[in-house]
Amino acid sequence: MAFRLVQPSVLPGFRISLGFSLAYLAVIVLLPLAALLSSTLSIDGAEIWRIATEDRTLAALKVSFLTALAAAAFDLPLGLLVAWVLVRYDFPGRRLLDAMIDLPFALPTAVAGIALTALYAPNGWIGALLAPLGVKIAFTPVGIFIALVFVSLPFIVRTVQPVLADADREVEEASASLGAGRLFTVLRVVLPPLLPTLLTGFALALARAIGEYGSVIFIAGNIPYVSEIAPLLIVIKLEEFDYAGATVIAAVMLAISFAMLVAVNLLQSISRRRLGHV
Amino acid sequence: MSDVATTLATSTLANGAVAPVRSVRTAPRPRGPTEDSPAARAVAIALAVGLLMLFLLLPLAAVFVEALRKGFGPVIEALSHPDALSAVVLTLLVAAIAVPANLVFGVAAAWAIAKFDFRGKTLLVSLIDLPFSVSPVVAGLAYVLLYSTTHGWFGGVLDAAGIDIIFAVPGIVLATIFVTFPFVARELIPLMQEQGRTEEEAALSLGAGGLRTFVTVTLPNVKWALLYGVLLCNARAMGEFGAVSVVSGHIRGLTNTMPLHIEILYNEYQFAAAFAVAAVLALLALVTLAVKSFLEWRHAGELAATRRH
Amino acid sequence: MRLDIRSLAKDFGSTAALHGVDLTVGSGELVALLGPSGSGKTTLLRIVAGLDFPSRGSVWFGDVDAGRLSIQERNVGFVFQHYALFRHMTVADNIAFGLRARPKRTRPDEAAIARKVGDLLDLVQLPGYGGRYPSQLSGGQRQRIALARALAIEPRVLALDEPFGALDARVRKDLRKWLREIHERTGHTTLFVTHDQEEAMELADRVVVMSQGRIEQVGTPDAIVDAPASPFVCDFIGEMSRLPVSLSGGRAVVAGRPIALGLASATARDGAGHLYVRPDQIRLCEPGRGDIEARITGVRRANGLPRLTLHPLVARPGAGEGGFEAVVLDAAPYAVGQTVGVTIAGGSLFAA
Repeated sequence: MAFRLVQPSVLPGFRISLGFSLAYLAVIVLLPLAALLSSTLSIDGAEIWRIATEDRTLAALKVSFLTALAAAAFDLPLGLLVAWVLVRYDFPGRRLLDAMIDLPFALPTAVAGIALTALYAPNGWIGALLAPLGVKIAFTPVGIFIALVFVSLPFIVRTVQPVLADADREVEEASASLGAGRLFTVLRVVLPPLLPTLLTGFALALARAIGEYGSVIFIAGNIPYVSEIAPLLIVIKLEEFDYAGATVIAAVMLAISFAMLVAVNLLQSISRRRLGHV
Repeated sequence: MSDVATTLATSTLANGAVAPVRSVRTAPRPRGPTEDSPAARAVAIALAVGLLMLFLLLPLAAVFVEALRKGFGPVIEALSHPDALSAVVLTLLVAAIAVPANLVFGVAAAWAIAKFDFRGKTLLVSLIDLPFSVSPVVAGLAYVLLYSTTHGWFGGVLDAAGIDIIFAVPGIVLATIFVTFPFVARELIPLMQEQGRTEEEAALSLGAGGLRTFVTVTLPNVKWALLYGVLLCNARAMGEFGAVSVVSGHIRGLTNTMPLHIEILYNEYQFAAAFAVAAVLALLALVTLAVKSFLEWRHAGELAATRRH
Repeated sequence: MRLDIRSLAKDFGSTAALHGVDLTVGSGELVALLGPSGSGKTTLLRIVAGLDFPSRGSVWFGDVDAGRLSIQERNVGFVFQHYALFRHMTVADNIAFGLRARPKRTRPDEAAIARKVGDLLDLVQLPGYGGRYPSQLSGGQRQRIALARALAIEPRVLALDEPFGALDARVRKDLRKWLREIHERTGHTTLFVTHDQEEAMELADRVVVMSQGRIEQVGTPDAIVDAPASPFVCDFIGEMSRLPVSLSGGRAVVAGRPIALGLASATARDGAGHLYVRPDQIRLCEPGRGDIEARITGVRRANGLPRLTLHPLVARPGAGEGGFEAVVLDAAPYAVGQTVGVTIAGGSLFAA
């Protein structure tokens, strides 16, 4: 079979649709990213290193990535539980709850940001309850964590839900017929094949959490070296007209995100092979 | 043995206890082999509902409660302020451009990807998802580095022509298009792939032209997914904050969208006003969710949204 | 382990899938539940295994009422039509699963488990396959592993749900033979469901023919073929032809002439009836001799032997039925249109 770029088809409109799509993609997505890349490369290497390893930059990156990892990790069991409950059980209000899962997806980030601050500030709904106990949430990394948990949850739930819904129930019956109790069945038979899906959800949640801005900057307090996230640092640099600084931080963020996602994808393909899904 | 005898009989359980055998006719149905115990079920539901209320519903409630803390008066005041109104107008304008643009793209890309075989298809699909993994602030910065009159690639050209993109409305539109780029495409592509080519091929074999086929065969098959994609795209476009924040310059009355206006009000400690504007956007989000629920309930089979986001 | 099914009934909403079924399976017997889809055979099997619950009636393993046992406690080895192997576990882990699922008290140690897995792999003739994954096996191999997995728990009763239904015809035939051999070696009480009557006849000690939630007949394969108990069984088993006859004084009358062979009627009523005959129960002779005259209306080969389609000569106007088939063993050339005499050497007679 000869190698073809395109399989001939009787359907019309291929060239125009693909052409338009590619042009649109190039102008809207690729061009700006290319500009970012080229701007980074136009900066002297030593300067890049200096900006990237500045204390404040490192602190901001640490805050961004650690809180994102923590939030995605927290959302994983929570999202799995929610997906399980929505798929396996029926109870009054299930439909409503199912619809609510998409709230972080549909709600503007700034709205979420001020709402969360209203809840967790020391004089807020929840913050006021915890203040006497000495627990501070808003204006600390914990606040960032809470905001990212909110933002990333739908990614886990919506990724796991359809896979769980499609899961083969016969294997569960087989497990029970072989004498396994319900918990054993869930842990050894139902969950392991979900691992690749969970990793996909984790990757999506992580990607969103790392770059999150609007939901975080209100509740974070934005204290440099403590609760300042990398995107905010980029904005600050821009306001100071430090374009080079902003560019470098952005590039570093992209690079680390990319590396993280490659790692997760690797884990995913390993788990897929290991679980015999090939 | 008759049922009567069975009713009166006892049996020895595996663990040695002796239990009377109730007539199976009236006994509650025992637990199926793939069902969880009622206790586990109750705990799981309670935990899931409780945590969802805490993390999702409480913030939503907070928006409305804080907005109405001082009654409806301040709300009306906040929303009728000229700066708020121009923010609303700008937000609507940006959405009115970004959503149709991404709609056209989404349909074109889905058509090419779902109905044809070509090399590089997977790469194209990954590229379409790219804006999702880029922080909105980074996206905004990228646009600045492209179109800023002082630091952008095209800076010189734009300056000479007197066109302002960054710190002006066009920049906001472009940045919004970037951030909401994948929404329509992501809803359409998996659905159209699942639907395959056969109906279109049938239409063509019956003599229909390409455009007619597209309009009368393809589009009706994806109309609900399309609607949902447009709704999501719109909600995101109106709510976008990070990317717009970078490119807008925050010029009050000129380049402030509703989310940016919320930020300004909040930073000026005008909390009720900020929440008032936020409540409007929250209502929009609720409407989006309600329509989505309705679509899923009625047309689940025709929505890729039921499969994934 | 003897299996007793007593007045078992199952309703799904307003539809009855099983109507008060009674059945006894002796220890070590291999029994086939045979019937078309909707006959209730799979429902019955699943209730025995504990995967479903009866609306009325009971199942007894020996003298233990299974109704009191959860599925985990029942120890019924179930083999699914689509194997239901755990795709994320190796073959060895699949087989060992039931053993590892036991509470600590009764769980054998890993060495014993490994030995058992090895023995079972040898039994199902897949030695050394322990490290593979189900996705690396063919359909037939997967089903053998599924059986090994069910055998590992030393079940009281083995239940197989259309075990070869998802496999190619060739593989099916091979596995049938193999299953019978395994049964001879291990001696488990076995119940299996199939819609393939050839499979049931070949494999089972006894066959249970079911239709619409009821048992039509229970008997050895010979009994079913030689003495079918109802028109349904006749229609379902083998290639019986159905001849409309009239019953008079306990004998069958075809085309006005009573049949020479005295057939005891299934009912004593006179009136219309049906005579079911197998192709090998028809004898051909000179026209004028025999029970009836018939014209040859078709000639074909089936299973290597010539098969003739015959229609009785004296026909009621508009009688479209009455065609029947005969197997021919002699070398005489038969042609379409030829008239022959037919003797009916046996058959089953039922009231219409």
